[in-house]
Amino acid sequence: MVIASTDEHEMFRKTLRDLFAREIVPYIDDWERDRTFPAHELFPKLGAAGLLGLEYEKDYGGGEADHGFTLVAGEEMGRIDCGGVPMAIAVQMAMATPALAKFGSPELKEEYLAPAIRGEMVTSIAVTEPDAGSDVAGIRTRAVREGGDWIINGSKLYITNGTQADWLCLLARTSDEGGYRGMSMIVVPTALKGVEVSRKLDKLGMWSSDTAELSFSDVRVPVKNTIGEPDRGFQQQMVQFQAERLITVYRYIGSIDRALSRTREYLLERHAFGKPLLANQHIQFTLAELSARYDMLKHYAYTTAEAAARGEDVTRFATIGKLIGARLQREVADTCLQFYGGLGYMAENWTSRFYRDSRLDSIGAGADEVMLRILARMDGFSVS
Amino acid sequence: MQAMNVVVCVKQIPDPAAPASLDESTHTLDRTGKLILDDSDSYGVEMALQLADTEAGDEVVLVSMAPNGEVSGLRTALAMGAAKALLVSDPVLAGTDALGTAKVLAAAIRRVEPDLVIAATESTDGYTGTLPVQVAEILGLPSVTFAKSISIDGSNVKVERQTEAGYDEVESPMPVVVTVTAGVVEPRYPSFKGIMAAKSKPVETLTVADLGLDASEVGVSGSRQEIVDVSEAESRSGGEIVVDEGDGADRIVAFLEQIKVI
Ligand SMILES: Cc1cc2nc3c(=O)[nH]c(=O)nc-3n(C[C@H](O)[C@H](O)[C@H](O)COP(=O)(O)OP(=O)(O)OC[C@H]3O[C@@H](n4cnc5c(N)ncnc54)[C@H](O)[C@@H]3O)c2cc1C
Ligand SMILES: Cc1cc2nc3c(=O)[nH]c(=O)nc-3n(C[C@H](O)[C@H](O)[C@H](O)COP(=O)(O)OP(=O)(O)OC[C@H]3O[C@@H](n4cnc5c(N)ncnc54)[C@H](O)[C@@H]3O)c2cc1C
Repeated sequence: MVIASTDEHEMFRKTLRDLFAREIVPYIDDWERDRTFPAHELFPKLGAAGLLGLEYEKDYGGGEADHGFTLVAGEEMGRIDCGGVPMAIAVQMAMATPALAKFGSPELKEEYLAPAIRGEMVTSIAVTEPDAGSDVAGIRTRAVREGGDWIINGSKLYITNGTQADWLCLLARTSDEGGYRGMSMIVVPTALKGVEVSRKLDKLGMWSSDTAELSFSDVRVPVKNTIGEPDRGFQQQMVQFQAERLITVYRYIGSIDRALSRTREYLLERHAFGKPLLANQHIQFTLAELSARYDMLKHYAYTTAEAAARGEDVTRFATIGKLIGARLQREVADTCLQFYGGLGYMAENWTSRFYRDSRLDSIGAGADEVMLRILARMDGFSVS
Repeated sequence: MQAMNVVVCVKQIPDPAAPASLDESTHTLDRTGKLILDDSDSYGVEMALQLADTEAGDEVVLVSMAPNGEVSGLRTALAMGAAKALLVSDPVLAGTDALGTAKVLAAAIRRVEPDLVIAATESTDGYTGTLPVQVAEILGLPSVTFAKSISIDGSNVKVERQTEAGYDEVESPMPVVVTVTAGVVEPRYPSFKGIMAAKSKPVETLTVADLGLDASEVGVSGSRQEIVDVSEAESRSGGEIVVDEGDGADRIVAFLEQIKVI
């Protein structure tokens, strides 16, 4: 099978390109300045195009699309002129909802997944805490059962879409087992008493995406809001991380390609020492090498997507793609900025935003070292 | 009211984003590659979809003439929501001029028994802006041009017709041919679901003979129009750059007066 190669994939790609060009690109500068974007205005438009529920069940408004459409979506999201909005969209489609779609009860999916697919409800994934990020097993937010309810106390940090979310996919401790056991995944509506946005956070990049610290004090949520099985939250989150890492890898394909081709165009126009900058062999070779590495990443991503489409376990693929892609994207961002010179360093130029935004990908969705930790174990390079 | 048939004429054209080429001998556009839905027609499709009440059984039917059985542009319009399409494609059509095209489209449209025929004011590539009124004439239907909005009122259409000063309100009995101007509505994006549904929507391909037309009426032999020569358009001159030294506004006014715009 050649992934994402039908006329339908091409048509969907065009839909996304037109949709983003009309509904996102013209507003990016404003949203970057505002340090947020209007998710409740934008998401229904994305929902109507089918972007937010591509592979989910038709019963809840999804498309039951083949995985190639997710690849197309990621690539086109990567081509958007900022990292913030695509990240926010990725949270909605591939980070906060996959576990609900896979493990949730029909009632829970009807109430929370369907409106998320339509873009009417904005969602966040709430895992990281002040004292636990890479080491998810260290989370302390607790949900204690009282009759038919969970009573939740704790806090979550760096939550994307956190100031606007209608519900959170929250990971909390629900038993004293400790370690990887005894965590549950709970749908927490943010309108509930006791859920507060304690801080809106300022960041190096990803300005158009809002990031929040959230606090929970005696928040009462029905136990039926538990996604899947109680105490299996960690395992379900590990599954959810796969979807998150896949879409991240596909975004690199779009973002790197666009950065390299824009830089090529600029260096053809810009002259120094009597010739276009691109006439310098040093620049040619540097870019050719990045282009070669990009090509390898792209083929790797497509192979990954094909394996995912066949329903295989793609943990290794997603881990490697996430690690290598994040690093390549950072290097590309740095190199493009360098060859643009002073203009490259200017806030008004895309290179500086790309440079700032790219930095996150080696930290968020699992830091590079966390990817290496997974790989070291898989490939037998670790003892403990 | 009975269910309504809305026909939209959609032209499939070479992608304007890719450089086009002219056939050296006939001076006509090379149409052998993949064709796409003319952007101008996406407004007509959108208007038709807004007018058609699918619950009442109204149907939007696409009609197109294009070489090589091309359906890509039709699929886009079907993915937007049109119900089905008629495509006229036949090797004998090579070299057909605008009037010949009108004859072909009129014959195809007649089969649908439309209440309303929508076309764009002018296509993006051929750009003669003559085809829809020719179709109306051949079908013996009234035509209303430059619509910026269309509404249905019983068995009449009400059209706001753009003029230089504003717009005229025009009413016409149906069936009628209406041309819509570009940019007056926001064409919807083909959604994922629309795209997948379009795969199984019917596209009927017809030949000139199927339409009961004589091959001599169309193609090169039927064309009354011949392109004898093409020449390169003059490239735009650089214009004049005025540096504002405090008198910028005055100099712009003087310039506009000089070219008699104000
Ligand atoms: C802009 C932004 C948005 C985010 N959005 C969300 C969100 O929506 N939801 C959510 O739950 N979280 C979110 N996060 C949190 C993100 O997932 C974490 O920041 C990330 O997992 C790292 O966790 P940490 O910050 O606690 O770093 P720590 O766990 O403290 O790690 C710090 C650094 O130590 C290194 N390190 C960690 N473990 C090892 C190891 N075993 N060996 C060697 N080195 C190691 C890594 O370099 C790592 O970057 C977001 C973060 C940011 C910055
Ligand atoms: C010399 C010559 C040779 C040609 N050779 C060929 C050929 O080999 N093969 C071929 O297929 N065509 C051929 N054509 C036809 C041509 O491509 C146009 O379809 C026709 O001339 C209409 O002209 P226009 O684009 O200027 O229409 P306009 O009057 O500008 O179009 C207005 C609107 O009418 C509708 N419309 C126009 N054309 C079509 C169409 N084809 N199908 C559906 N709706 C339409 C659209 O809504 C369009 O926006 C030829 C034309 C000429 C003049």
